[in-house]
Amino acid sequence: MIDITIDGEVVQVVSGSTLLDACRLIGKDQPTLCYLETLSPVNVCRVCVVELEGSRTLVPSCSRMAESGMVVQTDSERVRHSRKVVLEFLASSVDLSLAGSEVRDWLDQYEARPDRFGPRAAPTGDRDRRHAGHHHRTTGSVAETVQQSIKIDNPLYVRDYSRCILCYKCVEACGEDAQNTFAIAVAGRGFDARISTEFDVALPESACVYCGNCIGVCPTGALMFRSEHELRQAEMWEEERQTVTRTICSYCGVGCNLDLHVQDNRIEKVTSPQDHDVTSGHLCIKGRFGYEYVQELGDLATTPIDEVLARARQH
Amino acid sequence: MAAEPTPAERAVITRSIPESETVEVLGRVVHGGHDARQQRHLLLPALAAVQSEIGWVSPGALNEICRRLLVPPAEAYGVATFYALISIEERPPLVAHVCDDIACRQSGGNEILSALGDRLDVITSPCLGQCDQCPVVLMQRAGQDDFVITAATSADVAAALNGAESATTPSHVEGGRLLKRVGQVDPGSLAQYRREGGYQALARAFELGAAAVIEEVKMSGLMGRGGAAFPTGIKWEAVAREPAPRYLVCNADESEPGTFKDRVLMEGDPFSVLESMTIAGFATGSSRGYIYIRGEYPLAFHRLETAIAACQANGLLGGDILGSGFDFDIEIRKGQGAYICGEETALFNSIEGFRGEPRQKPPFPVQVGLFGRPTAINNVETLANVPLIVLEGGAAFGAIGTPDSTGTRLFCLSGDVVRPGVYEVASGVTLRNVIDLAGGIEGDLTSILLGGAAGSFIGPEHLDLRLTFEDARAAGVSLGSGVIMVFNSTRDMKDLVRRVARFFRDESCGQCVPCRVGTARVEEAVARANGSIEASLIDELDRAMKDASICGLGHTAAAVVRSAIGLGVLGESR
Repeated sequence: MIDITIDGEVVQVVSGSTLLDACRLIGKDQPTLCYLETLSPVNVCRVCVVELEGSRTLVPSCSRMAESGMVVQTDSERVRHSRKVVLEFLASSVDLSLAGSEVRDWLDQYEARPDRFGPRAAPTGDRDRRHAGHHHRTTGSVAETVQQSIKIDNPLYVRDYSRCILCYKCVEACGEDAQNTFAIAVAGRGFDARISTEFDVALPESACVYCGNCIGVCPTGALMFRSEHELRQAEMWEEERQTVTRTICSYCGVGCNLDLHVQDNRIEKVTSPQDHDVTSGHLCIKGRFGYEYVQELGDLATTPIDEVLARARQH
Repeated sequence: MAAEPTPAERAVITRSIPESETVEVLGRVVHGGHDARQQRHLLLPALAAVQSEIGWVSPGALNEICRRLLVPPAEAYGVATFYALISIEERPPLVAHVCDDIACRQSGGNEILSALGDRLDVITSPCLGQCDQCPVVLMQRAGQDDFVITAATSADVAAALNGAESATTPSHVEGGRLLKRVGQVDPGSLAQYRREGGYQALARAFELGAAAVIEEVKMSGLMGRGGAAFPTGIKWEAVAREPAPRYLVCNADESEPGTFKDRVLMEGDPFSVLESMTIAGFATGSSRGYIYIRGEYPLAFHRLETAIAACQANGLLGGDILGSGFDFDIEIRKGQGAYICGEETALFNSIEGFRGEPRQKPPFPVQVGLFGRPTAINNVETLANVPLIVLEGGAAFGAIGTPDSTGTRLFCLSGDVVRPGVYEVASGVTLRNVIDLAGGIEGDLTSILLGGAAGSFIGPEHLDLRLTFEDARAAGVSLGSGVIMVFNSTRDMKDLVRRVARFFRDESCGQCVPCRVGTARVEEAVARANGSIEASLIDELDRAMKDASICGLGHTAAAVVRSAIGLGVLGESR
């Protein structure tokens, strides 16, 4: 066991714990955006930084390992200042309107004023073409954003990179941390960095296998079921009217848990509980998107079985 | 169907990925799995080879590289688009990269761009590391070696774009220790290098033994010359303590605007770079060394490549060097236009075939460095001191300079001085002394960029600053990589500061939020400064970027702007 001090309180943690683990142990959760229990920490969002005595800079609590004798501050002036500015940077350049409500709470808590960098720049159509080291000149009259048009290139999910904070979670879920498909990666550099397939090809041309695990880990709504996106466009997405039913995927013997999000008796989205020990929140294309047969075969209780089978054969 | 490479592209890729890299396990050739994936470090060399031979990286070429190296195309695309010198769009076979950075822009660079900037084959470039001979243009040529035009005119560039070649003029250098052979010996002749005392230090190191070499380096007080000033002996000792295999890396990605000392050493005395690395490899118990050199240094690359071949042919690299039983070889890796790859952990990622994004420290490179192994990484100039230490002893070396800043240092003098060039002086002389060595200031001094873009603008009141780590620290400035760029009253300082802000916005890797967005916000604030500047806003951004960014780029990006605000060159603070 290791003893560290957090905000004056001595905490005992097992060796191999991060500072974030230690904070959570005493009920002091820290804001995080790029961190997820099921993915390797990339420590890029920097909202979880804390002050560590003896360190010249703040340190990311999500990945810094606890060492005996560490003295940590989670709410010092320096910590509050960095979190405030980082949140301002994100809110001024990215559309956070579909990020979790906790993000709005942090913006309030740290008194972030994202509008102080000036009016938001107009959307651009060239973000996928930008060449490293050669950005457009700015006059400084508007604050540059990542605003761009939404990518809709397949029937299953959409990519709205105006909402992307580059947390790398989708890349990790597509890659070594879950799916091992590697259909997407970070491309470009600096403010022009973006999530991309090779040569920005459409998803159907890429290695994507439509497991949807990127959607499962996206914290800002940049990646979304097409069904949810279309309902939102039509202003018909009403979460408060939805039911969430937990079931087990019927396709194979693995036993993945599914959470069916149902509105008006239609499945609009499928997720899997992140704390489920079979899936860790990840699914395959069948579990994630293979639900249409449930709602297109009529009412199974009253339809003659021959008719159900005949309709199924047509699919 | 996936795009296929042209026969020419296929031939280049075949040459750049040697057959011997096919991995054999238990007598079977492995084409997949973890073992084959270990070839990923060939990704950047393969992309660079296609860029260099064909002039751009097409989807077909990228696919072929990915098939050979088992790298997912999306990741290879992410790597290719990270580098400014790699183009993923077809472009003319001859491209001029015209430097419009701090030293060049008001000394002819902008004129070239206004004359030719509309052409598709003329693009702007950050500092090309020849600030003593402004303006500078890098000619990137498909199928031929790249070359650099110094003191260029728009006529020179137009002629070069029509196929004319020109020789690069060597930099002016003055100095008796690190620079003693530069300009005096034939950089292509190993025999001459040995006649001038070369490889005596390596022989001496073998006599002393590895532990004693480290002791001498510790006693010498040598500190890193790349900007961070970490004690070299302590770094080596830490690496030597870790389990093998270990690596030795020479950081020659000299991209700090205003810096050209490492280029001068590599071009003028390439064998000393190799000898220094071999001694460092011996001391740390490394059997392989890498030189990571920026892609904008074609001449230095060529000289090092020639020197490595000569050393390999003469038993000075390879197995059992000089009969000592020590095995060591050196590989050169060429950067492709990314300032951030000078950051040590970004450099490792770049060599390994990943995007040049810095890693969170700890763990430090001495424990987890290149390929996850203990690694000693040193700047070219730092290493160049090692043969001197071995030959004269750490104590004698430590007697030069001041007790806390030992030895001599190379300063890169550029801007409004009479004789720009590289000057070697003992630590402890003043800024004024060094500028006087360069013939003094042309015109009325307004400010000096000290330490590079990651350093600071300082005013004339600092002319009597002694150039030591301790004096710089006390004055709240940094000597960085030895940049002394002088500006007189004819210079538009606001334009220069705006260029520095643009530089960091261009060169941020984009990984962490404070730097990715912060560099953009700082540039916007500087751009809209009109008679007055939002000083308190920039102070706030600077504090957050210093505290929360992953690496030194983010830590320093706003500081240089703050220093300019302090000098009043951006107008009144508000």
